[in-house]
Amino acid sequence: MGSREEKSAVESQSFAGQAVATRDAYGAALTELGKRNEKIVVLDADLSGSTKTAKFAKAFPDRFFNMGISEQDMVGTAGGLSLAGKIPFASTFAIFETGRAWEQIRQTICYSRLNVKLVATHAGITVGEDGASHQALEDVALMRVLPEMVVIVPSDGFETKQVIDTIADYKGPVYVRLGRAKVPAVMPADYKFRIGKAYKFHIGRDVNIIANGIMVSAALQARELLSKEGIDAGVINMSTVKPLDTEILLDAAKNTELIVTAEEHSIIGGLGGAVAEFLSEYHPIPVKRIGTRDTFGGSGKPDELLKLYGLTAEDIVKTIKLALGS
Amino acid sequence: MATVTQSRDIEFLKEQARTVRIEILKMLAQAGSGHTGGSLSAADIVTALYFYKMQHRPDNPKWPERDRFILSKGHAAPLLYTVLALTGYFDKSLLGTLRKTGSPLQGHPSSKMLQGIEVSTGSLGQGLSIANGMALGLRLDDSHSRVYCLLGDGEIQEGQVWEAAMTAGHYALDNLCAFVDLNSLQIDGRCEDVMKIDPVAEKWKAFNWHIFEIDGHNMEEIVNTLDEAEKIKGKPSVILAKTIKGKGVSIFEGKVQYHGLAPTKEELEIALKELGENGK
Ligand SMILES: Cc1ncc(C[n+]2csc(CCOP(=O)(O)OP(=O)(O)O)c2C)c(N)n1
Ligand SMILES: [Mg+2]
Repeated sequence: MGSREEKSAVESQSFAGQAVATRDAYGAALTELGKRNEKIVVLDADLSGSTKTAKFAKAFPDRFFNMGISEQDMVGTAGGLSLAGKIPFASTFAIFETGRAWEQIRQTICYSRLNVKLVATHAGITVGEDGASHQALEDVALMRVLPEMVVIVPSDGFETKQVIDTIADYKGPVYVRLGRAKVPAVMPADYKFRIGKAYKFHIGRDVNIIANGIMVSAALQARELLSKEGIDAGVINMSTVKPLDTEILLDAAKNTELIVTAEEHSIIGGLGGAVAEFLSEYHPIPVKRIGTRDTFGGSGKPDELLKLYGLTAEDIVKTIKLALGS
Repeated sequence: MATVTQSRDIEFLKEQARTVRIEILKMLAQAGSGHTGGSLSAADIVTALYFYKMQHRPDNPKWPERDRFILSKGHAAPLLYTVLALTGYFDKSLLGTLRKTGSPLQGHPSSKMLQGIEVSTGSLGQGLSIANGMALGLRLDDSHSRVYCLLGDGEIQEGQVWEAAMTAGHYALDNLCAFVDLNSLQIDGRCEDVMKIDPVAEKWKAFNWHIFEIDGHNMEEIVNTLDEAEKIKGKPSVILAKTIKGKGVSIFEGKVQYHGLAPTKEELEIALKELGENGK
């Protein structure tokens, strides 16, 4: 534990109202956390400059372990560190973290319910030019299916900072999905993140959009566009995909005739999957899922890719108007 | 029917390697992103394979008797695209589309989008297993084709590489020849500092491989070693090639930051001057 003096010496950055890449907010939050809590240790797999754990490494070289290009070993080692009483944060790109090391995450981390935080960056299509091999569009599905795992997809830097602080105090496995590209600030300054609690921007009369990650901003834009056409669309930030905030979800479903999900992920198994699974069982109403449609990504500029894969505010508007028959 | 100009002439091969480097840098500068260092460090090796050693037919990429090449370090895609273009798999103008939306020249090689790519790569550590499978399959068919696979020195930190190394040794895959591009650098720094891989030769030896240790920029040595490797029976061969990351352009050589940085316009100009773009 750091002393009070140390704590006050930390320049605290909340990222409220700030457009920033969620990975940058992570690097800053992690470093602050490291000053407050000596139990925090960080592992990376040769991508610390990109995941931003390099910032922590610079401040606390003794508590940083570069594992080289060996994601499976990194996850296992993080498990061991947690058993030695440390709070390990293990980071690399989302596809290598959840894909390459999936079974280590299942058997070592989740089955034993180890206190390991898997914080991955470069999720989704906005990775851009590196292309499909580096664009995780399945990671939420891969993590959501695991018992014991908490899955969080923050929408902006402000939320990311709070997520990192919160999960450090939570005991158990957590997966956090972050992005490469700068994203606009969407969460209000008085927002308080809590695991499993969605944030209601509005509840709509005609449709409610359940979004997370970069799609929260797109959903808010879609709401504006729809309101000009007399359609009242609600927007909910479901940043915790697991456990799902079923209370808000039921509320949203009971108030409208249509639910639309929006995520920078496959429509199979992610937020859309989770919402559809829940509603079909407990409150069956039409659900439209926006996300990538059973396809790999590709190289290109992030903005061009968002258009190509149907992940813009206009795509949300189109989907809603079609579904409402207006 | 040989459709590719192939030769064992060392001066010819050196000249091809120079052209390959020029094209790599041009396409990277145009793309504005991509992997410079690791494309340049392996340029001599891959040039020797495509312009001399490998039996292949650019006009018939699926020719069953072809030798196979797997770029396990898939981020060196600009290098592979360049040799494919220069040997005639597709028009050179396509190189200008690298990393653009919809281009068959993806950031990392996609076998579904581009002829001449045996298998998609980009996630490190997976190529050698695939090469083993190809070598096993070819052997079952009594084929004379050989399989070549290029790995990075950071890449060999992946556990799967050593599982594959064990497999190739166990099944005595003498139709397989791997290269390790020993440029001493990965993304976060020197391999030695990030995660020590030494001693490399002893590791491969312990997994029952025949070892060659060469200067990966000495064309004569590369060519001779490729010929020697073909004669090794009862074991897979690995060519441990000492290289310089960013080789050929002084401002990139040995600089870790140029792993994933493309040349700027100004840097490209300097680079092309050094490489003597307009003749030697
Ligand atoms: C499984 C996996 N983990 C991480 C990466 C990200 N990555 C791309 S290149 C690279 C470094 C590769 O170093 P090295 O193998 O030495 O290649 P070279 O120096 O020849 O470019 C890393 C970590 C990846 N592509 N795949
Ligand atoms: Mg290297």
